[in-house]
Amino acid sequence: MRAPTSILPLRLEDVSFVAGERAIVNRVALVLEAGPRTIILGPNGAGKSVLMRLCHGLLAPTSGRIEWAAQERPGERRRQAMVFQRPVMLRRSAIANIEYALGIAGVLAVERTRQARDALESVGLSHLADRPARVLSGGEQQRLALARAWALRPEVLFLDEPTASLDPSATAEVERIIGAIHAAGTKIVMCTHNLGQARRLGDEILFLHQGRLAERAAVDRFFDQPASAEARDFLKGELPWT
Amino acid sequence: METILQAVREAAGLVLALDPKLVDIVVLSIQVSLTAVSLATVLALPLGAVIAVGKFPGRQTVIVILNALMGLPPVVVGLLVYLFLSRAGPLGPLGILFTPTAMVIAQTILILPIIAALARQAIEDAWREYQEQLRSLGAGGWSAALTLVWDIRFSLLTAVLAGLGRAAAEVGAVMIVGGNIDGVTRVMTTTIALETSKGDLPLALGLGIVLVMLILLLNAAAYSFKEVAQRRYG
Repeated sequence: MRAPTSILPLRLEDVSFVAGERAIVNRVALVLEAGPRTIILGPNGAGKSVLMRLCHGLLAPTSGRIEWAAQERPGERRRQAMVFQRPVMLRRSAIANIEYALGIAGVLAVERTRQARDALESVGLSHLADRPARVLSGGEQQRLALARAWALRPEVLFLDEPTASLDPSATAEVERIIGAIHAAGTKIVMCTHNLGQARRLGDEILFLHQGRLAERAAVDRFFDQPASAEARDFLKGELPWT
Repeated sequence: METILQAVREAAGLVLALDPKLVDIVVLSIQVSLTAVSLATVLALPLGAVIAVGKFPGRQTVIVILNALMGLPPVVVGLLVYLFLSRAGPLGPLGILFTPTAMVIAQTILILPIIAALARQAIEDAWREYQEQLRSLGAGGWSAALTLVWDIRFSLLTAVLAGLGRAAAEVGAVMIVGGNIDGVTRVMTTTIALETSKGDLPLALGLGIVLVMLILLLNAAAYSFKEVAQRRYG
């Protein structure tokens, strides 16, 4: 059952996350609308991961407000999902990992297996359904993590550098799946270090620098004519390696 | 050398013939240690879990103390339990000193820190790994805790078996609070100590053989549980 109104847009008002003395996320204000794929870019330590965890509710901001258009209540099915850099799999079969997530989401037991099979099918892992999830390769585990997230039919999917530890072919497969999830109507919010990937997958770029939102622009605009000095420096420094 | 070989032969004979006296002692040992392990597990797993995921002042200190208590000398545990249960002690009126119950209490106290400390480590490692993913999926509180415990059940079982091995092999605690009374509180380790000092080597050796076999079996079980789990679940 999907509630009639979307949880988007997501509105951040003056959001900060301070750990000790350091503001990891510093007074960020932005609105994320349904639709465009949002890529978060920035150097290491810019606060990309923390910003996503704040949005996803894994961290609470030390100040400011994070508001979804429709509030989630504890105990209700989550309408957003997240895929982490290193997939965390339970010690059970691949399909059981998806069924577990569906169970938490309140999907009836009789429905779970079919939905889990569909999800495995769509990431090309049907043949590994009964294999222990934790003995799959890194690329397979990440695809399984995507299948698990997709099975929940989230309205928003957060991805934290999902291909950072994958080889090129696994990366290509993960990118294809992310594209398919987007095409099926899920809002994508992803952070990456791979500028080529940002170009391929993104519609708009959020550029973070030292915890601040330094620039927000359409992908082409961002790469061709970055408006902020920080983004120009970042692109100059990063591009030779992409 | 001849006496030793003679003793070994007689000991093997006692074991193979299932000598009633030997069997009684083995059975009591197993009863006492299994009861102690059950009690200690019921107390230690929640304790380990609370210390693993809880946030409270002095947590680091508690962990250090708990780890140190893994090496608690059995005679000291025996002495403390003795003081509590002796006629002049606070629990003296219960009249359970020199009974198997007292031995169970002493062994429970001895192995509780072992199971709790090992469980704490396993749970803390797993929690660090799973926490964000489980919260992301919407599993909170009890649901997350049950998922976690089920997922590391083989590590927890290993912790329990470590406790059982320690309980079965210790002599100091049961000696003091049990009193080593023939037919009542005499277990494998205390009998070995007594019979050796009396010079009755066959019974001591026979029990020694059984004890070593049991410990070997326990460790083999612990190892294969982990191995099978590793292969089947990753």
